[in-house]
Amino acid sequence: MIEIKNLTKSFGDLIVWRDVSFDIQDGETTAVIGRSGCGKSVLMKHLNALLYPDEGNVLIDGKCVFELSYSELRKVRQRFGILFQGGALFDSISTFENVAFPLRYFTEQIEDEITHNVNEALSMVNLQEAGNKSTSELSGGMRKRVGLARAIILKPDYLLYDEPTSGLDPKTSDEINELIVNMADSLDITSVVITHDMHSVLEVSDKVAFLDEQKLSWFGKTEDMKHSDNQNLLEFISASEYQINSKTA
Amino acid sequence: MISNLPGAAGLRQFGKYAQLLYQALRASTEISTYRKNLFQEFVKVGYESIPIIFLVGIFTGAVLTLQTAYQLDTDIYPSTIIGSIVAQSIVIELAAVISALVLAGKVGARISTELGTMRVSEQIDALESMGFNSVSFLVVPRILAGLLMFPILYTTAAVFGILGGITAGALDGILPAAEFLEGARAFFFESDIIFGYIKSIVFGFVITSIACYKGYYAFGGAEGVGTATTQATVLSCIFVLLADFALAAILL
Repeated sequence: MIEIKNLTKSFGDLIVWRDVSFDIQDGETTAVIGRSGCGKSVLMKHLNALLYPDEGNVLIDGKCVFELSYSELRKVRQRFGILFQGGALFDSISTFENVAFPLRYFTEQIEDEITHNVNEALSMVNLQEAGNKSTSELSGGMRKRVGLARAIILKPDYLLYDEPTSGLDPKTSDEINELIVNMADSLDITSVVITHDMHSVLEVSDKVAFLDEQKLSWFGKTEDMKHSDNQNLLEFISASEYQINSKTA
Repeated sequence: MISNLPGAAGLRQFGKYAQLLYQALRASTEISTYRKNLFQEFVKVGYESIPIIFLVGIFTGAVLTLQTAYQLDTDIYPSTIIGSIVAQSIVIELAAVISALVLAGKVGARISTELGTMRVSEQIDALESMGFNSVSFLVVPRILAGLLMFPILYTTAAVFGILGGITAGALDGILPAAEFLEGARAFFFESDIIFGYIKSIVFGFVITSIACYKGYYAFGGAEGVGTATTQATVLSCIFVLLADFALAAILL
């Protein structure tokens, strides 16, 4: 379980958010939503201490990640898989080697085992044929799927998705949403999805955290979102619905 | 406030640079993390720089010979003095400094651009999030390659610089190769070579560490990477010249 307790973060004079607290239960998928620039990705990077807060704690199974020694922190980080916004693939090596990368450094697996595991991870994201391609040959959606294959290769307990559907066409977005649901079900992973895509939120999440006006404005079950009395959340949802409807009208 | 005083920003930058070096020093024990990258950096910093260093050496030596001959009246001085001046200038100063200024552009710019691009495209975050020590993986091999490869490049520049001088002197009818070498040997001191090697090691460290620092902490997309690369190159050149002066004052 991940417990976020009274987290406050600022960059210089700019306060990102104050006193953010909520829990992410094991096995659940939690979506963190909010307008662009509200600090969703910043919040995600606090979960495995890629960023440190001004105040507050993040507890992973009861241990505060900000108080760990660097060697302890590295072990905790290996329990996380992250799908970064642009995939964050290493462009000096092939697609196959990107996925194999953590296995080569953190396991004692022989080449045959590595090949088997990489192919298995690539087939989970429907990219069996992409192993030999260089990363520059991959489309945006493919980059995200390779990033996802790399994120799950060490069988993490937690999967963090940073804007998994941004910049993708609707069909590819649906495929990514389907993958997120499949990953949570088949690997029994606790997921956190950073997004402003309401369609994605409704498809994949069990709970929703809404960041607005430099604070956690609403937190609850996805199905309760539309019945909330939080005006800003309702406006955010209706703006998304308006965009979807006006595009399909 | 103290943070608004003139020079405070520079001090903050220096503190951050020193912190990165400290992290690199601690991470240098994780040899298994960076072993593979180290050999790649040997190739990129050392082997791939040999052609440009060869040209720098040849032309520096050749031009220096022609200009020394032009400035000296060899009716008063023996022509062997040209060999002495050219060889000693190359070994003590030019092979190390001119190579370093060229390598600040070639090696320093490559390192800062590479790391800067990795930073803004979240590849460094990806490394850290997998449990890697990104300083050990990225910074340590690049600085080590600078420390170990720059002396080899210095040797290349010095050897080809003297060969360039000999060739230019002979082709232009200034002095034959034998006289050039006689002059070079007359004022040859082993300490000059040691001084040259010390310089090259210091310059290798200055260039690679500044480039790593600027690239590792780059921010702000493509423009940020461009800024980091420019700053790395300019700062490297400035600190190479400052270090050159400091070493001359201390060691000569």
